[in-house]
Amino acid sequence: MAIIEAQGLKKTYSSKSGPVPALDGMDLSVPQGTVKALLGPNGAGKTTVVKILTTLIQPTAGTAHIDGIDVVRDPKAARRIIGVSGQYSAVDENLTGFENLDMVGRLYHLGARESRRRAQELIDQFELTEAGNRPVKGFSGGMRRRIDLAGALVINPKILFLDEPTTGLDPRSRLSLWGIIKELVRDGTTLLLTTQYLEEADQLSDDITVIDGGRAIAEGTADQLKAQIGGHRVVVSLVDAADAASAREILGRHGSGDPVVGGDGRSIEVTVNEGPRALQYILSELGERGIELHDAGMRRPSLDDVFLQLTGHRAEDTEEASHQKEPAA
Amino acid sequence: MSVLAPNDRQPDNQHSRPAGAGAPQQPSDVSMWFSDGWTVTKRNLIKLKRSPDMLVFAVLQPIMFVLLFSQIYGGSIQVEGSDYTQYLMAGIFAQTVIFGSTFSGSAMAQDLKDGIIDRFRTLPMSSSAVLVGRTNSDLVLNTLSVVIMMGTGALVGWRVNTSPASMVAGIGLLLLFSYAFSWVMALLGMSVKSPEVINNASFMILFPLTFISNAFVQAQNLPGPLETFANWNPVSALVQAVRELFGNTGTVPVPDAWPMQNAVLTVLVGAILMLVIFVPLCIRKFASISSR
Repeated sequence: MAIIEAQGLKKTYSSKSGPVPALDGMDLSVPQGTVKALLGPNGAGKTTVVKILTTLIQPTAGTAHIDGIDVVRDPKAARRIIGVSGQYSAVDENLTGFENLDMVGRLYHLGARESRRRAQELIDQFELTEAGNRPVKGFSGGMRRRIDLAGALVINPKILFLDEPTTGLDPRSRLSLWGIIKELVRDGTTLLLTTQYLEEADQLSDDITVIDGGRAIAEGTADQLKAQIGGHRVVVSLVDAADAASAREILGRHGSGDPVVGGDGRSIEVTVNEGPRALQYILSELGERGIELHDAGMRRPSLDDVFLQLTGHRAEDTEEASHQKEPAA
Repeated sequence: MSVLAPNDRQPDNQHSRPAGAGAPQQPSDVSMWFSDGWTVTKRNLIKLKRSPDMLVFAVLQPIMFVLLFSQIYGGSIQVEGSDYTQYLMAGIFAQTVIFGSTFSGSAMAQDLKDGIIDRFRTLPMSSSAVLVGRTNSDLVLNTLSVVIMMGTGALVGWRVNTSPASMVAGIGLLLLFSYAFSWVMALLGMSVKSPEVINNASFMILFPLTFISNAFVQAQNLPGPLETFANWNPVSALVQAVRELFGNTGTVPVPDAWPMQNAVLTVLVGAILMLVIFVPLCIRKFASISSR
């Protein structure tokens, strides 16, 4: 049995306008010692899954086990083996970094001496010295996230849950947090991570479950998912919109789908199977026809593309998703 | 209320755990209850120490109330059978500790908003520890208020006219009632959407409750229905009980209503009832709350 095993999870919230389903038959299975990313847009149900598995809420239907423990029936036993870091830092602003971690240690019942020792160890390890002896209040979002993450690691948990660990962080803090997480999972902690960034799932996980509308809609490694939605995309930007029709025709011949013309009428994009070669051909044909380009390149599929392909609609949070787009190769 | 005893010592388990070994062996439920309750109490007290505005509020407000009411109304309000300062003090004590208890509500709501409750709820701690810690630290705050008010009261001529034992009983009754009321407020705090709601709601409810009582004036001087309300108001019972225990009743007649005639008993029963009802409700509520 996998260390995290959920079947048919349903969760319905009641609201003024009637019941709102947050999960609608979600299945999830994570083998021990692996990193699973739950990838989906805002409102897909990612956080609800984490909240159920970490005993914060009870499912309306379905079962969930971690390490063989039924999280609904025996939440206390489940809490002894998990570490959780949420989307919003659950740190006490008035306590110092050290006091926060020390308190968590005591509440895991490590005892006073061990709690202090472990708190200090984490402060050193996470380079939190600055925040160690001053109330957390005055520190940046990145620093709080690190303290919160350290709080999840006080007991070296058997299973670690990270709910959107880098949402809202600047790129530098994001990279630094990725480094820390990679380090963590190297020694075999099982990690369930939720994210809306394909790149993040790609960087950190062994396996991805794509979630939308409260259920799993695809599963596989990052490469498998990308292959499934058609590998690379070639993007060209024309100097003259009048060339659009002929350029479109050329892209169409080398692409594996219909080319899409952007709103400005000058940028055209197509999914291709073999990125570099298709780009070469397309560029040389465009050159032969004398079509001038502002820009041309290749990009890997984004979460938006994954969603468009899998669900027929875009990831709702387009602003977040745009972060994802990689620069032309 | 004995949970304030520090209980830092824990059975020292072997802690050299390799990664993934999980938490150490768990202590017994009772020692867990004590140590977790104390850990959260300590956290709340540190918070208090670091929020000077809260401390100033807790220290200055009682002083201000005692001085304002005794010096301003002292000359204008006549109470047949007692000097007004002697009569008034129990009323101010009661009002202050009751308002002090509302902090339990707004602090729970704030913790919920800040997300720290989610952290607590994923830890293998005693299920009542957060609530015990909350109400304990507010008890500490209320104790501080009572001591300050009694000191200030003494400066303006207020005296305890009974035995030390009776005085301690009076203080105990004030704190017991406010402690029990903290649990009522904690439940409210977990049920509202934002801490501001608690603050506004408690003013709306507690001002009438404390003013339509015998705290500042005699109930007999209130118009008909208000007089009846005042005589059956639990705040009046608390004030009357404390007045009796401090020996501040003078020759003021006791209204002919059961709670007034049996004030100490009424407060004891009322406080125990509040605890019996609201402690389990709070623990149940806590097991299902989650930030956002």
